[in-house]
Amino acid sequence: MRTTSTDSGDSGASGHGGGDAADTAGDETRLAREAASQLDQLDEQSQRSTLSTAPGEDRLNVPSMSALGWARWIWRQLTSMRVALILLFLLSLAAIPGSVIPQTDVDSVKVEEFKQKHDVISPVYEKLQLFDVYTSVWFSAIYILLFVSLAGCIVPRTWQFVGQLRGRPPRAPRRLHRMPAYTTWHTGAEPDAVLGRASKLLGKRRFRVQRDGDAVASEKGYLREAGNLVFHVALIVLLLAFAAGQLWKSEGGKLIIQGDGFSNTLTQYDDFKSGSLFDTSDLDSFGFTLDRFHATYEESGPEKGTARDFRADVSYWKGADGKERQSTIEVNHPLEAGDTKVYLNGNGYAPVVSVKDGEGRTAYRGPVPFLPQDGNLTSSGVVKVTDYRNAKGFKDQLGFQGFFVPTFGGSGSGSMFSQSPSLKYPVLFLTAYHGELGYESVYQLDTEPMKQFKGKDGRPLAKKILPGESMKLPDGKASLKFEGVRKWAQFQIVHQVGNGWALGGAIAAIAGLAGSLFVQRRRVWVRAVAGPDGRTVVEMAGLGRSESARLPEELGDLAFALQSDAPPVHEDDATDAAPDAAEDADAAGAGETEKTEDADGTGTGGADQSPAPEVPPSRAPTPPGKTTQDSPQDGAEASPRGERQ
Amino acid sequence: MNIAAATNESLAEISNYLIYSAMAVYTLAFGAHIAEWVFGSRSKVARTAAALSGKGEKESGDAAAPAVKVREGGSTSVLERPKVVVRSSAGRRGDLPDGPGAAGGDEQGDLYGRIAVSLTTLAFLLHVAGVLARALSVQRAPWGNMYEFSTAFSMVAVGGYLGFLVAKKNVRWIGLPLVTTVLLDLGLAVTVLYTESDQLVPALHSYWLWIHVSLAICCGALFYLGFVATVLYLFRDRYEVKLMDGGKPGGFATSVLERLPSSTSLDKFAYRINAAVFPVWTFTIVAGAIWAGDAWGRYWGWDPKEVWSFITWVAYACYLHARATAGWKGRKAAYLALLAFACFLFNYYGVNIIFNGKHSYGGV
Ligand code: HEM
Repeated sequence: MRTTSTDSGDSGASGHGGGDAADTAGDETRLAREAASQLDQLDEQSQRSTLSTAPGEDRLNVPSMSALGWARWIWRQLTSMRVALILLFLLSLAAIPGSVIPQTDVDSVKVEEFKQKHDVISPVYEKLQLFDVYTSVWFSAIYILLFVSLAGCIVPRTWQFVGQLRGRPPRAPRRLHRMPAYTTWHTGAEPDAVLGRASKLLGKRRFRVQRDGDAVASEKGYLREAGNLVFHVALIVLLLAFAAGQLWKSEGGKLIIQGDGFSNTLTQYDDFKSGSLFDTSDLDSFGFTLDRFHATYEESGPEKGTARDFRADVSYWKGADGKERQSTIEVNHPLEAGDTKVYLNGNGYAPVVSVKDGEGRTAYRGPVPFLPQDGNLTSSGVVKVTDYRNAKGFKDQLGFQGFFVPTFGGSGSGSMFSQSPSLKYPVLFLTAYHGELGYESVYQLDTEPMKQFKGKDGRPLAKKILPGESMKLPDGKASLKFEGVRKWAQFQIVHQVGNGWALGGAIAAIAGLAGSLFVQRRRVWVRAVAGPDGRTVVEMAGLGRSESARLPEELGDLAFALQSDAPPVHEDDATDAAPDAAEDADAAGAGETEKTEDADGTGTGGADQSPAPEVPPSRAPTPPGKTTQDSPQDGAEASPRGERQ
Repeated sequence: MNIAAATNESLAEISNYLIYSAMAVYTLAFGAHIAEWVFGSRSKVARTAAALSGKGEKESGDAAAPAVKVREGGSTSVLERPKVVVRSSAGRRGDLPDGPGAAGGDEQGDLYGRIAVSLTTLAFLLHVAGVLARALSVQRAPWGNMYEFSTAFSMVAVGGYLGFLVAKKNVRWIGLPLVTTVLLDLGLAVTVLYTESDQLVPALHSYWLWIHVSLAICCGALFYLGFVATVLYLFRDRYEVKLMDGGKPGGFATSVLERLPSSTSLDKFAYRINAAVFPVWTFTIVAGAIWAGDAWGRYWGWDPKEVWSFITWVAYACYLHARATAGWKGRKAAYLALLAFACFLFNYYGVNIIFNGKHSYGGV
């Protein structure tokens, strides 16, 4: 942004001028600025192009102008890094209540419980949408603003990046030795030949190279910016995919008794909910039959009874007249059909009963699913008989209510609770009512309008029956026979679109992040000019986005590679060994460089001609193999500001 | 079956013994580190102040950080052959030298420091063996409950630290805080969080357990190292600012902080770790979402664990942004990093204990 928008000229509305923008985006900016200040006036243009396209910060200098101006100002604020930062922070704060307060979307039962327990605060919570945090107005507002900001940030940065790709690597600064990494040597090779070699070398290492007068400019690591852009774009894709998934979602449950089937139409669901844009015609066409359900449980040890494995063998079909196929559904392996997935998420037992009415006619026969109440599958359930005639031949209705346990503890245990989830000693405990059945769920019996059968002793009739046994009712020939047990499994059928997009977005985001965090954008310059002694002075310098140890290393490698074509002249080492002499040599070298440039007509002359007071004693030259030590003065000298960052 | 169960039980027992032995050796390492710091306090190098006042003589090669050195600060490094001058633009403070390390150049201190590192290595091997034995006893990835998370977590943290040491990074200063927290972590694990070795509930039967959970543990352990560096950065930064403003920090602070790396180095270390781990953390969340998609029929459902992963992720993103934003880098960014790590920890322990969402298999 800095590079592109400074020239827009609406100085009233924005603080986007170089000065303001320059103290913004990260180490690299400061570095670049530092480097930039070392450049020639003529290099103004290129120094402006820092190594980052991070947007600049606008100062909060509130403008005094028109509506359009205001709009622009607000837009600038919104797309600034500072506001992005604040929005990100708000987003994480806003997500917290949803983990503390039960959420309707996650567990509506818990929400109801909470509301009953906290009747004072609940209405307030409800007003504040605290039971639906992630779809609430305020949460949405934050992330929508964030994504608007993101879009407003990506677009200009993309243009700017394209511009950088189109442009040439910025020209070599005049005083290369002021760059963060620098090396120099004298060689016998011709400057032209050295530069030619350097271009080739850099090109081979995938730098973008630009030969320019007595220097070669090159740049590499555009992947960083590209990765950053890919990452942020991928976030948008991810968000859209997630939103689409929510809007077109449908989700329902179905309990299927072993041997029974399901086909995917609305009426077949036990319960069903869908997103606001869902249409029943979106339901994928498929169906399946539960052939067998397997469950294995821990048989011993402290976690006895804990489920180890569940598996449903199914035959399924897809499409209009799809062929029937076999498959299994396991806890982590749903069945897939189009955008729909079928998950296994529960199981239990369905006692098979037959009921004879008062006249001895079979009034009901079939399996009745009982719902598990504990880990050992102690289950409760209801048998409803709507088509019943009592001993006198009058129409009536029956309701049985009770428990089923797959493993009874034995009559001596005194417990009605199951001892194991496996089917070892199945027992059914029932009491019976007659009268009018309500229309509530098949798992509940409203006993209010009904009358309980009484035993001979006048106490409510209750009986424990084993498979094959019957429970007689005091009403003619009426009885209930416990014929056997079948298993059932609970399935969740989820239709969700955009999963592929979400996954793609996520993968792109990670790849982009890796590129943006692990790649460093850096520039390398090589200058070769003829020295006064007839030898060529080669200078190389590197500038990175951040001060990474890898940059000097890379520069060293490059210099080493270049030296095979431009071998250093060795007599110099003697002089270089003495730091003070080296300083002089270095300063002299810098002077020479400038002179040459002046000769080219590109220098500014004047002030730059007296490097002595400000050119640091870089102390570069040391005999190879010897580690030079820190010199505090050096650093202090390099940047006398002593600022805090 | 019974024989197998018996072997498993004895393996689990062996695992426990190994973990206890590791704790014993970590305790010795802790003592050695303390000795290192105590002996190190004998040396009185006020190099920071010296560097700031510009009167410091050249330091002879850092005891704790020898050779390679392409640090900033106008220092010269000798890379293979060509000499590269490295110049910092980070201002005067960017040029402060790193401290000499806990031993402070004291020979005896250094000896204790080396002993501490050796002991830590030994403890680490026992620790790894303990985790492996646990894995064999349960015949699955050894991170199915909080006890197992905790042991694996500190194992990876120590592994990361030793890895940095092997790579010749200047990280010995992490030793004491790390060993301290490892002891705390293992202590909690074997007491409060202990769970008998056992199988997993079906929902955890998936190869994603290997990918998602092991990555989460690695991220946490590395983030932890970044966290330590950030905390030390904040102290060291305050110390440097005080010196720079002409103040005189207390004797204890001087003694300890003087021996740490410079604030710039600490900050950079923390940033590198956090930045490098962030994409892995992103992947961890994505892997978790894929797994959730398979296991529960939705890849994202705002379960408390998911919410806190998201919060942690956004907090780290915030930190990365802050480092690139004027007026936010430095201390403010560091506070964000601390906050982000606090979110991570909360997600790790708090969520398992306090909330019961789908992830509540914690087994406490
Ligand atoms: C949706 C929420 C966002 C998330 C999760 C996010 C995440 C990230 C992350 C993790 C990085 C670090 C990668 C790197 O340093 O290269 C980053 C960098 C960056 N982000 Fe964002 N970002 C978001 C929104 C934005 C917005 C709205 C803007 C524009 C104002 C923005 C501008 C930038 C810039 C310029 C960088 C590069 C910083 C640098 O130069 O190091 N981001 N973002």
